[in-house]
Amino acid sequence: MKAVFKHEAGLYSHGLLAYVFGAFLLEFIGIGAMLYNINAAVANFEYALGTFCIGFVALVPILTMRVLAEEKKQKTDQLLSLLPLSSTDIILGKYFAMALVFVIPMLVACVYPLIFSLYGEVYLPTSYGALIAFVFLGLALIAIGMFISSLTESQGMAAGLCVVVMLFCCYSASLADYIASTAFNLVALVVIAALLALLVRRLTCSDAAGILVLVLCLAAVGVVWLVNPDSLATLLPDLMSRLSLFERFYTFVNGVFDVTAIVYYLSVAAFFLFLCVQSWEKKRYNG
Amino acid sequence: MITVEHLTKRYGSVTAVDDISFTLETGHIYGFLGPNGAGKSTTMNIMTGCLAASAGEVTIDGHDIFEDARQAKRLIGYLPEIPPLYTDETPWEYLSFVAQAKGIPAKQIPDEVARVVAETRLDEMAGRLIRNLSKGYRQRVGIAQALLGSPPYIILDEPTVGLDPLQIIEIRDLIRQLGEKHTVILSSHILSEVQAICESVLIIAHGRLVAFDTPQNLEKMLTAAGRMTLCAEATPDQVQGLLAGVREVTGCEVQADEAAGGCRAELTLQGDANAAARAIFLAFAKAGRPILQMTPVRADLENIFIELTEDEPSGKKEPIHESGI
Repeated sequence: MKAVFKHEAGLYSHGLLAYVFGAFLLEFIGIGAMLYNINAAVANFEYALGTFCIGFVALVPILTMRVLAEEKKQKTDQLLSLLPLSSTDIILGKYFAMALVFVIPMLVACVYPLIFSLYGEVYLPTSYGALIAFVFLGLALIAIGMFISSLTESQGMAAGLCVVVMLFCCYSASLADYIASTAFNLVALVVIAALLALLVRRLTCSDAAGILVLVLCLAAVGVVWLVNPDSLATLLPDLMSRLSLFERFYTFVNGVFDVTAIVYYLSVAAFFLFLCVQSWEKKRYNG
Repeated sequence: MITVEHLTKRYGSVTAVDDISFTLETGHIYGFLGPNGAGKSTTMNIMTGCLAASAGEVTIDGHDIFEDARQAKRLIGYLPEIPPLYTDETPWEYLSFVAQAKGIPAKQIPDEVARVVAETRLDEMAGRLIRNLSKGYRQRVGIAQALLGSPPYIILDEPTVGLDPLQIIEIRDLIRQLGEKHTVILSSHILSEVQAICESVLIIAHGRLVAFDTPQNLEKMLTAAGRMTLCAEATPDQVQGLLAGVREVTGCEVQADEAAGGCRAELTLQGDANAAARAIFLAFAKAGRPILQMTPVRADLENIFIELTEDEPSGKKEPIHESGI
């Protein structure tokens, strides 16, 4: 893992990507800080982070689109496979290098609340609480972006898919409000089950596994419908709100340090890194 | 020693490698020969742990490539068909990464990289970006990567493909040098290349191993069916009359050829080629007709290759197996 991490970090330091990513990240946070903390003279730095966390929609694809897709395209994935490294070593090495590229500009952003505190009363615990959550939110989203990059050989395709997924993550809680009728819920749940089954089919190359996932998901929806038909109207909105990564971040923006949200971010990151390893292994089995 | 047992690889309903078994001893240069799509690269990818097998086992000096992958991979240096290079790096940076990934201690990495750079004659190019190097030099970088850590087994998948004649000669020389210190396994569909470099040949067709022997033994085996060219001071009728009395001769085409001394005959023989030659000699000597030339027609590797690989995929037959090494 150390070798892959050092190599990736070296590639980032030589290339333009890490610097562009860092510049945009600091620009987004900087604009937020300027609007809220300087122009509007609000003492809460967390508001700037809360408003401009939407910047992840553009930033995460920039960072993650090439990480595995390019390896496949250049056939350098074969080099990594033939070296005495495990798939976990490879994925974690790459992930931690991206995490480093993300965390370095965030360290710069950590200075902002201190600078503002020189000119007025800034409540530093909530500012730094939000900064910590912002980092964990970013790490979870980077893991999702990395998984998307593992699904394709095309950087463009990976970036496009990643933007769509980031937008969904960002607005899933708001979208949930529009899903009111039982019929719409039912259709949406069936579509989600089908998409999940397709994903499993792609990862495992097994029709049986895909069909099994589809059947299990539909059975779960059927059970909910039979046991409590009324709950179906709120099932999807509830799920979307509960699973929303961004919604949990707003808790920190409102001044509450929610440890369960940090655990949730770490779980999401671990889950998608696990999927990345499976996706990487899949190539060994299917060529 | 590399042992491959009942190796099979299926992609859905397509069988790319079909129940291949062989053992490769240390200290030789082996050639993997086969037409495009025969399963050479798939077999090599499985042997090096890049690809999982559907069935079968591969062990490298007793380490299973699937169960004990880390240890087994340390014993192998592999150059895939397309050298896997990070083109935005210099050969030095690239090789340093590979050295670290192979677990070479940090202090030894500069010396180890310098060694393989010198061995593959990359010295002048070590500081240039790989994307600016010619195909020949990129191939050398790929070979250098395989040599890092001095693995006992070097596997090269079509190392000369796409190179110009001069580069091909240089890479062949390099492979011969590697053969002095390592066991080298190279794949190719260029017959002359395998004949020129390899001590032993594995011929793969339609995913199956159809022959495994030295090029010389393969030639001998396929000569056993027996053909011979004969030039003698005699008329075609006399030659035909004399050959009719030789039991080992099953067919002959005779024609007058002044340049050959009288006539030339193409003979088809049965049984032992030496016994046939003796009987023909005695028959002609008894008749007082001098034989000026008697040459067994040997199949070259090209003919062997065509004969062994042109069968239909369904026509399963026992492989011709190693006898010499």
